[in-house]
Amino acid sequence: MKAFAELLDRLVLTPQRNAKIRLLADYFRSAPDPDRGYALAAIAGTLSLATVKPAMIRDLLLERMDEVLFRYSYDYVGDLAETVSLVWEPPEGVVPDDIPLGDAIDKLQTTGRAHVRRVVRDMLDRLDTPARFALLKLVTGGLRIGVSAKLAKQALAEMGGKDVTEIETLWHGLAPPYLPLFRWLTGEAERPVLSTPAVFHSVMLATPVGEGDLDGLDPKDFAAEWKWDGIRVQLANIGGTKRLYSRSGDEISGAFPDVLEAADFSGIIDGELLVGGTARTNRATRTFSDLQQRLNRKTVSRKMLDEYPAFIRAYDVLFSDEVDVRGENFLARRALLSELVASASPQHFDLSPLVPFSSWEELDQLRSDPPDPVIEGIMLKRLDSPYTAGRAKGPWFKWKRAPFNVDAVLMYAQRGHGKRSSYYSDFTFGVWTEIDGKETLVPVGKAYFGFTDAELEILDRFVRDNTTERFGPVRAVRAEPAFGFVVEVAFEGLNRSTRHKSGVAMRFPRIARLRQDKLPHEADRLETLQAMIERKS
Amino acid sequence: MKPDALLYPAPKGLYCEIGDFYIDPVQPVDRALITHGHSDHARSGHGQVLATRETLDIMRIRYGEDFCGTSQAATLGETIDVNGVSVRFHPAGHVLGSAQIAVEARGTRIVVSGDYKRRRDPTCLPFEPVACDVFITEATFGLPVFHHPDDRTEMQRLLASLKQFPERTHVVGAYALGKAQRVIALLREQGYDAPIFIHGALQRLCDYYRGEGIDLGELRPATLAADEKQDFAGTIVIGPPSAFADRWARRFVDPLAIFASGWMMIRQRAKQRGVELPLVISDHCDWPELTQTIREIGPAQVWVTHGREEALVRWCELQGIAARPLHLVGYDDEGE
Ligand SMILES: [Zn+2]
Ligand SMILES: [Zn+2]
Repeated sequence: MKAFAELLDRLVLTPQRNAKIRLLADYFRSAPDPDRGYALAAIAGTLSLATVKPAMIRDLLLERMDEVLFRYSYDYVGDLAETVSLVWEPPEGVVPDDIPLGDAIDKLQTTGRAHVRRVVRDMLDRLDTPARFALLKLVTGGLRIGVSAKLAKQALAEMGGKDVTEIETLWHGLAPPYLPLFRWLTGEAERPVLSTPAVFHSVMLATPVGEGDLDGLDPKDFAAEWKWDGIRVQLANIGGTKRLYSRSGDEISGAFPDVLEAADFSGIIDGELLVGGTARTNRATRTFSDLQQRLNRKTVSRKMLDEYPAFIRAYDVLFSDEVDVRGENFLARRALLSELVASASPQHFDLSPLVPFSSWEELDQLRSDPPDPVIEGIMLKRLDSPYTAGRAKGPWFKWKRAPFNVDAVLMYAQRGHGKRSSYYSDFTFGVWTEIDGKETLVPVGKAYFGFTDAELEILDRFVRDNTTERFGPVRAVRAEPAFGFVVEVAFEGLNRSTRHKSGVAMRFPRIARLRQDKLPHEADRLETLQAMIERKS
Repeated sequence: MKPDALLYPAPKGLYCEIGDFYIDPVQPVDRALITHGHSDHARSGHGQVLATRETLDIMRIRYGEDFCGTSQAATLGETIDVNGVSVRFHPAGHVLGSAQIAVEARGTRIVVSGDYKRRRDPTCLPFEPVACDVFITEATFGLPVFHHPDDRTEMQRLLASLKQFPERTHVVGAYALGKAQRVIALLREQGYDAPIFIHGALQRLCDYYRGEGIDLGELRPATLAADEKQDFAGTIVIGPPSAFADRWARRFVDPLAIFASGWMMIRQRAKQRGVELPLVISDHCDWPELTQTIREIGPAQVWVTHGREEALVRWCELQGIAARPLHLVGYDDEGE
């Protein structure tokens, strides 16, 4: 448990993705089975452990601690599991040592409700402070470490020298403590063979069209499709087992029972999950903010299903029945797909239409002015390309519509992490609006990239020289109509937001340009952003 | 005599009326007794200063030759008479030169411990328990949450990270007096013998420690001229915590931010500061050491100075020991 606890503590404080991967991979290399498999499960969210109530933990502590001292401690630390891990003192004569993570999980999984209290107390006595914290977070179900399942898989790939797509393909067919997986990664055994067929297969991804990328390419070799602003999904129905996965392989079946129920074809398709009506029912596709109502739910109410009906706009087919068709070319797969969609439920499936074009210029025109507000660009697919996992450059391109731009005023800055820890590099900016008859700046977004190193020097200097207030790591800067810093912010979309005072939230904002030539009063107004949302819906 | 008549808190600090002196006053006074060189305890501008030779040296380094009117060096364990009050200095184990001050008159003895700790520290003499009627203790880490781990395992965590991330500069924040030298000495004890790079603000105090016979190994400056380029990849660099937000920190390749402090026990503290590798190294007692020291000395009364007074006072009450907070102002409860 010690090694696992140290890993958790390091991961929480490590901002860089690559450093996180290294911490994870080194842990997976050095920890024994089954500990590492359970650690993987805890991190990737696949560990099932009956949880105990925080109140029980508090009671356990108060058996041996003065309540007033406990209250002082808890008020100071602010987190129950952390407080208990810190103040816990084993009885006289008990020297904390360690309990292997696998043993601890095993014990917790096999202990009945009646004895769990005694088991947890006993473990707390035998563990050191960081391990106590890890245990308490595990048993109260509050483990949050900022590592996605995707990143954990990346670390496994790094550890075993495999491609991450191979791990993603296996993932949903395996269970904690993942012994066959680790045996394969360490080279002690062959690649595990899966028993459930409806597993996730890594998706094919497009690369963005960069400067000159299309030069020398013949439009006749490509098909174009709209790129819809939903979420990319994979729907599998093999041998009666149905699963819906996000593009990173996380299962989201629970949130979309309507789509799953309607899937009566056999095979695996790739598509965009959207909310609204299909083209086949002649109803409009709705925005990403509507789709968000349906995301991240374990269960959905009847009302949700009625108000926000979900459907899949099919892009591709990977398996037709149980036959792997990924090796076929785009046109052959497309023919299979349209047959499959034609006989599927018209309310829940439609076929992503092809966009006819004869030149790149024409396509560029279409891209910048698409016929539907829920379109975020164009996908280009080589007619002769098979369906390959990952993001190879060449077979598929994405060509996004131009981003939106506004001029905003710098309001707050926060120090960055890692390489940027000595720079103010995370910026909050705002636009003008009238509140109680007074011109006021309201924050509309936060960006920490888009600028060059030289521009960062300029921004950092401005922040240091014009700080008006400090709140911990955050500084407020001068932002007045006639004095302040204007930045041009580019973003890919706008949503309504109840969390932001301004009522709008930008998607993927970045600082496109420094506008030292402008004064804050020349920056944009909130009404401009609100109009952009209106236009969309 | 009643202890309150011997020593009591006044606006400028703890005051002994009979002897007409203050201990660690926060404003200039005619006569000051100083426990140790940290700037919230040792201020410049007093008339006469009585402190250990090392503390006087440290004040001179920090404030210049004319840091006070006249100074007198106190020898540990020797009784000095100050206007009829017996005063004796005993080691406090906090930083080099740190001392507790025992003040005694008409059969009453009060020990002012200043800042102190109980763990072994290769850079200073260990704390010496002194029997007394009143023990005045700090409470910087006076909450039951503070159980500081063994400092050797903390150093091993740093060395493990250096192996795991050999391409990154390991930049350690440590206070200039005491903590920085202790971190260096602990690293040397763990067998780390590569040069350690230090911020300019640490140079004179490190030199002084070395002059006092404390082995710090090879130290090199981490402050280069703007046009010089050096790759600090895989090295340990030590600087005062304030330097992290400075342009100084920019010269390092892919820095890994480390902070050596007792506060690093609390995860939120590490997060707020953007620390990637928190090292729990404290120059103050943790909770078990505070309570164990009070038990060991067994004073009739405990007075609590700066820090988290309420919890320690509560603990004393539960043990049946009379205790009260002194509410002294001007000391840094976030220090070191
Ligand atoms: Zn001190
Ligand atoms: Zn102090």
